[in-house]
Amino acid sequence: MENIITGRAFVFGDNIDTDQIYPGRYLELVDPEEIKEHCLEGADEEFAKKVRPNDIVVAGRNFGCGSSREHAAITLKSAGVGVVLADSFARIFFRNATNLGLPLITCKGISERVKTGDILEVHLKEGLIINKTTGEEIEGEKISDYIFNILEKGGIKNMYK
Amino acid sequence: MHAIHKILAKNAGLERVEAGEIVNCNIDFVEINDLYLQTIYSFWEMGGERVFNKDRVAFVFDHYSPAPTIKTAQIHKEMREFVKEQGLTHHFDINKGVCHQVLPEAGLIYPGMIVVATDSHTTTHGAFGAFGTGVGATDMASILISGKLWFRVPEVIKIEINGSPAENTYAKDVILHILGKVKADGAVYKAIEFCGDYVEKLGVSERMTICNMAVEMGAKTAYMKPNEAVLEYVRARTDVEFEIFETDEDFEYDEHLVFDINGLKPQLAAPHSVDNNIAVKDAEGVKIDQAFIGSCTGGRFEDIEAAWKVLKGKKIHPDVRLVIIPASDEVLLKIMEKGYMRDLIEAGATFAAPGCGPCLGTHAGILADGEVCITSTNRNFPGRMGSTKASIYLASPMTVATSALYGYIREPIS
Ligand code: SF4
Repeated sequence: MENIITGRAFVFGDNIDTDQIYPGRYLELVDPEEIKEHCLEGADEEFAKKVRPNDIVVAGRNFGCGSSREHAAITLKSAGVGVVLADSFARIFFRNATNLGLPLITCKGISERVKTGDILEVHLKEGLIINKTTGEEIEGEKISDYIFNILEKGGIKNMYK
Repeated sequence: MHAIHKILAKNAGLERVEAGEIVNCNIDFVEINDLYLQTIYSFWEMGGERVFNKDRVAFVFDHYSPAPTIKTAQIHKEMREFVKEQGLTHHFDINKGVCHQVLPEAGLIYPGMIVVATDSHTTTHGAFGAFGTGVGATDMASILISGKLWFRVPEVIKIEINGSPAENTYAKDVILHILGKVKADGAVYKAIEFCGDYVEKLGVSERMTICNMAVEMGAKTAYMKPNEAVLEYVRARTDVEFEIFETDEDFEYDEHLVFDINGLKPQLAAPHSVDNNIAVKDAEGVKIDQAFIGSCTGGRFEDIEAAWKVLKGKKIHPDVRLVIIPASDEVLLKIMEKGYMRDLIEAGATFAAPGCGPCLGTHAGILADGEVCITSTNRNFPGRMGSTKASIYLASPMTVATSALYGYIREPIS
């Protein structure tokens, strides 16, 4: 995994729950290629079509609240989302994303300081976000060594192999 | 230490644990529901061969039960093959019910244990003094292999509930009221202990309803000190020797919230958020298309009995569908024996097989664009029960039944 991720921001609000990230009616799908087609469909129906590799999801408080469905993390990861930045994350989503090697950075107030379409450069290990469009530098929480180690290996499965 | 911390310490083989510490705990029981075929795939991918203990792992078929599509039938098929191949002692196929209901009924939940399931509402088991929490498929696969999982020891919020609510006001109303104050992210990563004179008097069913919805505040787990009703329930179902841990007197809570619920009237969560709390009175008159009674929050015997009290000898409004899904086979048998099922069918209700039903929008009562549903379940996120353009109101079973009778949202009448 690269430490620096550069991509376009897509900004969402508070309490984006797992049903909005991945609606329950598609839970029967098991192939990540199919799962990615419904990424964030409950919040923005066009997102899965618009997203490109390394794009960045930015959200308010409690991103990923709701169910324990790992599909929520799988869909973001397989759609190519490089990193998710939010004011705060829900617990199970945080574990699932980390286990799958999708980086998350907690950054208070981020959703108010970034607009959809801004180009962001995110330095994962340092928790630093540079808004290339506005020139602003924003400090998020650093990713702990414990979690960074999992991310670097591409997720927890690779650590068992 | 808090009782919850003592449970974690015991299962981690430690004398003490502190909030914030990461500990690796033995897991007493794990449950995988039928949304999580990925668990089995991850298990193989991670090099798993045999599960850590065949007596401590169970699959429950509830979210897709009975299978509504070919793909879900395939999921059940592959899971059944895994269950057979691994020789698992306990298995709950499509004839049993919702995971959080069938595990306690089968005597698998008891005070002082750690139970982990692939479902966020595993907090429900705090009603029995157990540490219950939800995880995703990959975490679950690592438990299946090792029997262990790492946890960050949570801070504990104490929510003390005192007083007696008004007539026709239940635990569901009380927890919706609390959610309105604490908010959907008020307890993220923390544990919640519920106590107070109201909680001490509650029966098993209502205690489960409150702990079930703790996760809607973001909580990692919920806890209630077992009362007589719980001990009687557990002892009737298992011979396991269990330990009830006491919280030390000098334990410092992260927060202490006190709710005086004297005279509290029936409550709702209005669309589209669990913490969008208003009194039922304030939404009175909103026309409904569907009413649903069921789920791990509101599909137990006492819930269906409350609906029966409202509806026996009457007819629901002709423009409304009332779907009732008992949370388990045990609940279904009991309402049959009591004659409630007959009375409710005569009142116009539609019954479906025990399981999750439309609670998560996969089958058995899905909502169309623009429809309004009042439900005894736990989530009203956009699209949770079908169309993202439908509106969902969360309420107690008695409020749901009353609204079905009138065709619009209405407070229960004495
Ligand atoms: S009844 Fe609803 S909340 Fe409970 S486990 Fe099933 S889908 Fe989840």
